[in-house]
Amino acid sequence: MAKAEMTSSLLETGAALRFPRISPAGQAGTSFKPEHLAAIIAESGPQGFFEVHAENYMGAGGPPHRALERIRRDYPVSLHGVCMSLGGPQPLDREHLARFKTLVDRYEPALVSEHLAWSTHLDTYLNDLLPLPYTAATLSHVCDHIDEMQTAIGRPILLENPSTYVLFKDSSMSETEFISEISRRTGCGLLLDVNNVFVSATNHGFSALDYLRDFPLSKVGEIHLAGHAEQADDEGDLLLIDSHDGPVADAVWRLYEIVIARRGPAPTLIEWDSQIPDWPVLRAEALAAQAILDRHAGHREASHAHG
Amino acid sequence: MPTADILPLPRADFAGPFSAALLFPDAETPALVTGPRGKRAEKRYDVYRNNVTVSLIAALASIFPAVERITGPDFFRAMARFHIRETPPTSPLLFDYGRNFADFIDRYAYAQDMPWLSDVARIERLWLDSYHAADAPVLAAEALAAVPPDDLPALRFQPHPAARLVSSPHPAITIFAMNRGSGPVGRVENQSEHGLIARIDDEVTVRRLHSGVFAFLRALFDGDPLAAAAATALDADAAFDLPGAIGEMISAGAFSHIRTEADHVEHA
Ligand SMILES: [Fe+2]
Repeated sequence: MAKAEMTSSLLETGAALRFPRISPAGQAGTSFKPEHLAAIIAESGPQGFFEVHAENYMGAGGPPHRALERIRRDYPVSLHGVCMSLGGPQPLDREHLARFKTLVDRYEPALVSEHLAWSTHLDTYLNDLLPLPYTAATLSHVCDHIDEMQTAIGRPILLENPSTYVLFKDSSMSETEFISEISRRTGCGLLLDVNNVFVSATNHGFSALDYLRDFPLSKVGEIHLAGHAEQADDEGDLLLIDSHDGPVADAVWRLYEIVIARRGPAPTLIEWDSQIPDWPVLRAEALAAQAILDRHAGHREASHAHG
Repeated sequence: MPTADILPLPRADFAGPFSAALLFPDAETPALVTGPRGKRAEKRYDVYRNNVTVSLIAALASIFPAVERITGPDFFRAMARFHIRETPPTSPLLFDYGRNFADFIDRYAYAQDMPWLSDVARIERLWLDSYHAADAPVLAAEALAAVPPDDLPALRFQPHPAARLVSSPHPAITIFAMNRGSGPVGRVENQSEHGLIARIDDEVTVRRLHSGVFAFLRALFDGDPLAAAAATALDADAAFDLPGAIGEMISAGAFSHIRTEADHVEHA
């Protein structure tokens, strides 16, 4: 009891941080899976940064918090929200917002992100990242939601571009216009998921390179890379599924290198959420991203120096 | 269009029509979606349908692994799908899902020949509650030893936040324990079982309790003082051993602290 009171008073006065500040700049990281904890601890030296799904750490106590405390002590942590429903038409869930703020205060993550998507309708939680039409009306309410979230947690978030399987007949803006305008109005940063770009480009028949040309890369604070699966649509054409269950595809690696060459290094995460491999396999995938980041290290400073 | 600036933008309700068919495979694909350049959207929309149902079945399977092992994956998937349609989650915290699953199993026609199955599900749900419960130190035996003898009869025991009691007219704890892992399962004696779920050093354990110890613990958890709880336990089991039961429950992590009537001071 006394310990909890002391901690909260320290947080209020800002007199001490519970965890060290550790920057993920220029680093590749991985999704944190508790089954990897022992293997991660057993290795010495840098292991990149770790991203966790915020909702998995919203229980009151127990082993998930021990694991995250352990990771947070030695590595930068990225807190990735999956179900704030920023893209839905209904008001944000105040309780969920409060839980999110508690986590941000408790773990002082290096990065905080959420999705351009929704997952709750009325009081039903649908557990998927569902799409939205891109119109003046939806732009306005997404911006309101992001303002509300950023105000609640007291810091800007990174908003992630979605992978989608359908389009809305109502949409009147492109996704890149929509996302650029959100960032301009709310001041939020962006999380560019390169696999999502590739998946959506394939599914909707647009050019991933055109998308990346229109995407405001200067606002990108983090990049996601992941594996996808292949299915077919009604016409028998290729339909890619954002499955996060395997290695990053070659085409996505090529797009990634183009992004890093243009933007300079940004913290890059390998997302792998099902059929999770042993730690060395996942870490090797992150090291492949690290090699690309290292090849372009210093690029950003150079391009800034030139203007 | 100067009026557009002063009219409030409508909060277009795309979410209602989009979500209406997600849990129902026979419902029409919502008219508001399409593929690119007028392509059809049926199989495309089915990806979302599939994601929702498959991920929620997986959520239930991760909360109820013993139930899944007992029924087999096909039976479990069918049962879970019915439950998800009837009672989808109402919170984004999926570790809170499945609170109605045991009651659903009680009503599920194909599970009627496994009358103990719902109690196995109840134990698994409580196991997860214990796993995520608030952190608190467990009561140390020294704290009890320091209580003056005169204060003992009125002593009250605060349940640890991760402690839960389970009771079944079936051997549900034994069946739970045999099916939580991948080890072999054997014959089970058909009898009622009582137990305690608790967490020490981040390890959740489920232990069976004799009827006297269980009656004692339930009385303490209900707020009865030590003397009254001991009397209840002796009613349930004439062979009840009070010091043994207190020691066993303290080392099991059942309590977080004790309170004496006189000073209302908490001893951890
Ligand atoms: Fe992503």
